[in-house]
Amino acid sequence: MENLKALSYDLRKDVVDIIMEGKAGHIGGDMSVIDILITLYYREMNISLDNLEDPNRDLFVLSKGHAVEALYAVLASKGFLDLEEVKAGFSKFGTRYIGHPNNKLPGIEMNSGSLGHGLSVCTGMALAARMDRRTSRVYTVMGDGELAEGSVWEGAMAAGHYKLDNLCAVVDRNRLQISGSTEEVMSQDSQEERWASFGWHVISVPDGNDMDQLHRAFEEAGRTKGQPSVIIAYTVKGCGSPVMENQAGWHHRVPTAEEYQQIISDFAREKEACCHESNT
Amino acid sequence: MNQIPNRQAICEVLMEKAAQDKDIVVLCCDSRGSASMTYFAQVFPDRFVEVGIAEQNLVGISAGLAKCGKKPFAASPACFLTTRSYEQCKVDVAYSDTNVTLIGISGGVSYGALGMSHHSAQDIAAMSAIPNMRVYLPSDRHQTRKLIEALLQDEKPAYVRVGRNPVEDIYEESDCPFVMNRAAVLREGTDGVLIACGEMVKPTLEAAQILAARQISVTVLDMYCLKPLDQEAIIRAAQNARAVVTAEEHSPFGGLGSMVAQVLGANCPRPMVNMSLPDEPVISGTSREIFDYYGLNAAGIAGQMETLLRRS
Repeated sequence: MENLKALSYDLRKDVVDIIMEGKAGHIGGDMSVIDILITLYYREMNISLDNLEDPNRDLFVLSKGHAVEALYAVLASKGFLDLEEVKAGFSKFGTRYIGHPNNKLPGIEMNSGSLGHGLSVCTGMALAARMDRRTSRVYTVMGDGELAEGSVWEGAMAAGHYKLDNLCAVVDRNRLQISGSTEEVMSQDSQEERWASFGWHVISVPDGNDMDQLHRAFEEAGRTKGQPSVIIAYTVKGCGSPVMENQAGWHHRVPTAEEYQQIISDFAREKEACCHESNT
Repeated sequence: MNQIPNRQAICEVLMEKAAQDKDIVVLCCDSRGSASMTYFAQVFPDRFVEVGIAEQNLVGISAGLAKCGKKPFAASPACFLTTRSYEQCKVDVAYSDTNVTLIGISGGVSYGALGMSHHSAQDIAAMSAIPNMRVYLPSDRHQTRKLIEALLQDEKPAYVRVGRNPVEDIYEESDCPFVMNRAAVLREGTDGVLIACGEMVKPTLEAAQILAARQISVTVLDMYCLKPLDQEAIIRAAQNARAVVTAEEHSPFGGLGSMVAQVLGANCPRPMVNMSLPDEPVISGTSREIFDYYGLNAAGIAGQMETLLRRS
């Protein structure tokens, strides 16, 4: 099996390169969510370039659309996109590679970016799969700051009401948003109780950047019948380099040349450490 | 007098088509009764989705269903559907290009006595301003049927506004000329042009009869297609006339009158009056009482045209 942890550092570097080229990007959230995306695309979802027309394939909506650079990196690694084209085009005049998901691109189902939309859309997708007796599973990833949007809870209510066990939502719980701590901006503990009260099966992942923990959570979600599942993934914003980790200021920021070198060397060190671990 | 409201005509078409097309789905937000969709929900319970009083969810879920091949018709009071869930209409439907038909029921001042919260006098402006969103206000039940049949033939987003009450027929079941995105020419004349949409078409047609009795001949356009607007029909009619009057159940801004003025100004300037609801909370009453109060009736429309022709 591929060393996904090592891959995660390669893709983190791709994300930072995309952001450096485009001179824009939501780097902190990219780093917190990327392990969730890799787990989904490499271990959980039945989706590939070859089966896009298969009605039974899985579906994914990145509801926290501002983390699109992480999605671009993962989609490029899976062959949906050309990484060099993404890097060259990202945030440039007239580009297809804009700062939020755009469904004119292969592998992207829906345009997002305005927060609080993904869960309702995925509820519709899960209902459609049920109506047609398809085996598709539907996944969405939301940010924790996003959960202040009332529309999230409209979607949560309906998915719980309809007992959509083919729907799995993930909350990227990095505890930071652009203005500071989520608890300072709009307190939200405990997410677990909130989702459970809406009829969801709740799975907490203590380390949301650990792909084995995430994989076990997705497996549990897949086994859960009669209700939708939500995975509360406790991640680290800016995960992968101490330069960025756990700092709200890195919500949207382009590294300086000096910071870039430090970040890249941190990724390389972490990658080497995990390769070393897997060899011993 | 016809007793079938346009909303019921929509349900009847969908019932017929759904018998053959398993992908037709209807969604309501505690609005199945007011949308005349109760019968659909009873006959096709597996293809009816109740989302509760949650308009944003109504539109988002519809978009998700459409992405997976369904043909959702989301029916909710026009006032809430178009502004409460405006962002979902913009992003999930129009921008993501999903095959959702948004049915705004009880549009305009149908809920006349319920106050401004329940009036949708902004929906044409709001929905027309969204790229890739089409906007239709059919005038009677027969045209409504033709429109829904046409919308089932394509896979693009659309917003359809209908009123709550039955409206008098403009057309006949066997004689309802309909070309998608083309205005229906109800009369042709050489002095003036009357252009209306939705419930204003009937009084506009009657205004033309009043004017004819006064030896004034006017063209009458049923501009059910607000977007894409039938610009050719407007220019063709205006070129042969001296004045234009539009009539709509909408705010004075961004509706039929504004659109027609843009077309005339750029192509064939003519003196024009835009008859609409006022830019203020609308007086309470039945639709008819409200229309009469603001002169949105046959006598008022005819009077405006007469005055305009005298001045021009």
